[in-house]
Amino acid sequence: MKSVAKKFKGLSDKAIAWIFIAPTLILLLAINIYPLIYAIRMSFTNFYANKIGREVKFVGLKNYKKILGKEEIWEKMQITAHFVCWTLVIQALIGLGLALLLNKKFKGNELLTTLIVLPMMLSPAVVGVFWTYLYNPQVGLFNYVVNFFYDFGIFDMIGSSTLAPWSIVIVDTWMWTPFTMLICLAGLRSIPNYLYEAAEVDRASKWQQFIHITLPSVLPFLLLALLFRGIENFKMFDLVAELTSGGPGSATELASINLKREAFEKWKTGYSSAFAVILFVTIFGFGNVYVKVMNKIKDR
Amino acid sequence: MSEKKSLLRRIFRRSIWENASTVLILVGVFMLMQPFAMWMYTYSFIVILIGTIGFVITSHFPD
Repeated sequence: MKSVAKKFKGLSDKAIAWIFIAPTLILLLAINIYPLIYAIRMSFTNFYANKIGREVKFVGLKNYKKILGKEEIWEKMQITAHFVCWTLVIQALIGLGLALLLNKKFKGNELLTTLIVLPMMLSPAVVGVFWTYLYNPQVGLFNYVVNFFYDFGIFDMIGSSTLAPWSIVIVDTWMWTPFTMLICLAGLRSIPNYLYEAAEVDRASKWQQFIHITLPSVLPFLLLALLFRGIENFKMFDLVAELTSGGPGSATELASINLKREAFEKWKTGYSSAFAVILFVTIFGFGNVYVKVMNKIKDR
Repeated sequence: MSEKKSLLRRIFRRSIWENASTVLILVGVFMLMQPFAMWMYTYSFIVILIGTIGFVITSHFPD
């Protein structure tokens, strides 16, 4: 310890700070910034990663024009939109509802909170695998539960092109509603009690208290959670890849799954780099909005 | 000189331009994912790009 102190002797505070920051900065540059710049460069070429000896030509904006003019990719965006919108709506409603319930004091509250939060702690790949078993039309529990309420016969969630998009919505909702709930719960617990006391003195009903106190106070938190989930679901890959692999046909082929297919099955590296840049800019834009909302909440 | 400076300050106010960029980003994302018109999808990326670059620049404007 003494020798380290001796080594640092004579160095300014700023220099020591740089020494500590340098490894992180170097890692960030090597792992994040360099591949990003490389991918942007690749997006303007016709590079194929499986054709090493082939001459790489600069093609300008051709890859971007191709992607933005292809109806097939537009469809993938709509499939992504379906997934993102429905998961956000359902997670907002159930998450807020659960938060309101858990904000009440009752016996076993903490145990119930822990149990509800459990799915969020699992790996998406694991969740994908065991939901594949749950959805199994022959032996799956999901099939059994649905048939318990109404006799559909064989109820194949993953095998049907109309039901498969909903199957991924259900799994994502199951896994990530606890996240929305936790954020909303934090928002609910930050509401000072005297607001409700004042409202009761003014003879406000429970519904009025909810509309005029609870909802406005919790709304920024809910928005924050939804923005975060929106960004995450826009680039969703692992869960869906494990659950349906984009099938049946291309019913659940989200943009990120299509990107992986173009990059590592068809080996169109230049083309898929351009696609990745489009997705990146979209997420980056969304990220800016997210930070803005977060700062607004901080200022409150 | 100071009048010109204050005019510039009034024009390049962070809140207005930042909000405009945010709206542009959100419109662009809608255009990217909507199921109504192909031309909207085609121009969505440029709208998002302008909004995002705009946001990065305008977030450095004075309040």
